[in-house]
Amino acid sequence: MSIHARLVKRLPAIAAAGPFELNVQLQAEAGITVLFGPSGAGKTLILNCLGGFARPDEGRILVNDHLFFDAAAGVHLPPRERRCGYIFQDHALFPHMTVRQNLHFAAGSRASTNSSTNGRLNRRRRINDLLEAFELTDLAGRKPMQLSGGQKQRAALARTLVNEPRLLLLDEPARGLDPRLREGFYDVLRRARDQLRIPILLVTHDLEECFELADYVCLMENGRFTQTGARDSVFKRPASIDVARALGIYNILPAEIESLDPGRNASRLRVFEFEIEGPYLPGHLIGDQGYLCVPASEFRVGPYDSPPSVNRLILRLSGHTPSPRGVRLQFEHGVAALVTEWEYRNLQGEDRLSLEIPLSAIYFIGK
Amino acid sequence: MLALIAIDWFPLWLSLRVAAIATVCVLTLGTMVAYFLSHKSFRGKHLLDSLITLPLVLPPTVLGYYLLVIAGRASPFGHIYEAAFGQPLVFTWQAAVVAAFLHSAPIYIKAATAVLETVDFRFEWAAQSLGASEWRTFWRVTLPLAWRGLSSLAALSFARSLGDFGVTIMVAGNIPGRTQTLSVAIYDAVESGDGTLARVLVVVVSVLAIALLWPAAYLSRGKRPATTA
Repeated sequence: MSIHARLVKRLPAIAAAGPFELNVQLQAEAGITVLFGPSGAGKTLILNCLGGFARPDEGRILVNDHLFFDAAAGVHLPPRERRCGYIFQDHALFPHMTVRQNLHFAAGSRASTNSSTNGRLNRRRRINDLLEAFELTDLAGRKPMQLSGGQKQRAALARTLVNEPRLLLLDEPARGLDPRLREGFYDVLRRARDQLRIPILLVTHDLEECFELADYVCLMENGRFTQTGARDSVFKRPASIDVARALGIYNILPAEIESLDPGRNASRLRVFEFEIEGPYLPGHLIGDQGYLCVPASEFRVGPYDSPPSVNRLILRLSGHTPSPRGVRLQFEHGVAALVTEWEYRNLQGEDRLSLEIPLSAIYFIGK
Repeated sequence: MLALIAIDWFPLWLSLRVAAIATVCVLTLGTMVAYFLSHKSFRGKHLLDSLITLPLVLPPTVLGYYLLVIAGRASPFGHIYEAAFGQPLVFTWQAAVVAAFLHSAPIYIKAATAVLETVDFRFEWAAQSLGASEWRTFWRVTLPLAWRGLSSLAALSFARSLGDFGVTIMVAGNIPGRTQTLSVAIYDAVESGDGTLARVLVVVVSVLAIALLWPAAYLSRGKRPATTA
């Protein structure tokens, strides 16, 4: 189960925005691949190309052994022949049908399973199984308007699964759900991933959602992939400063390489007026300018007069804000660190604090 | 009351029959055209759109004249029609149906296009991605979602079909007992100085119109078709 696609699609300039070009090479295996990027990056356009609702100008879409699209050969399968489960923003359950009728519509839409009594029995059983699996049996007679946000999402997911799709496309599925319902929906989605073993493409601009759901990540900016790969490799090793900025979890500190020692696997970096010792940085030279990317949660924050150690920045505290996961401290030079409520209480009253960077968190990007 | 009994009610029945047949034609043909206008992009779309608007702006005499030329006994179409149905089209009640159709189709198509455009495309995309053909999508998704709007337009269309005068008198004429519709009968009554008949028929037409427009207004103003439920 895999997707191989090369998509080029040009859109004419609209109003203030200039012409837009989508140009990506997409590979996706079974599991959840998150397309992450700001709005207008072309994420939904990719889904529409895969689903058959937009026709690329160039390229090819191959899902398993099925050719969905080939510009050179003039192949462009209509949406109904692609068997892509597409979950739209706001779910698009048919408002004039009950939940069960929505699922029946899907079952009746597939040419091959129609007619015979046997087929109809199987269909009914499959629908009942899905309703039960998604905890919708008691709600099967309700219209979408009478469902909560989470129930609607489950119904929309169940409906796409009636016809055993080859892949799933989800366009910001958790938009408009409150945090508790979000968690529930993520669980449902992860279960579906484990059972279906098909590629699931999910579009979001929510970093936490991306982090929670992704097996693979495709970071997007202005019609291109800026970095793709397994989630951890992307989040821990952003390929460029732009990627690190897009991920939004990093402190980006200007740094200069002062010395490199491959023998000891060590390096020394200058950050502001401090010296930081890190691992050897292959591919860089002494004197190279660059950046040190440190996630806000990686700093070990301590009082100014804590016992001296290496890799310390001494910075003046400029403010603090509460956050769901603790307290966010702001320092001079725009540096931010995340500490727990308890840690913060111990640090209160201090003007300058020591921020220690653990060796494992030292990640240098050249200019 | 005595006056009512003495009146020839043929124009009323003829008008109702003409309007009913014209409305059925408008609903089938007009909905089809409106679907294409709202859902497809094709060359000549704007030309088609302006052709549909044309009957709204042309004087009825001009329209009627065109019809006489196109469907008259001497024209190719007139020959074919006469060969097929054994009688000419012009100056029959069927010609009044054509006139009523032309009177109500443009407005219906314009409004129905707008109604069909308001159906959220995502419902139609969802249906197609579930494997539904365009035909199935139209009957099971698009039409039910547009039902309220379209049925209000159908009532409006019927009311408007009742009201044509200019084209009708040009192509169907004013033959009492054969092609004389309500509006033509009123004209005839006024011309011949039959004030009582004119007054009664005017009241009948007005009451009919209100009886049709009331439910239409209710349908279009009531609960909107739930597109974002």
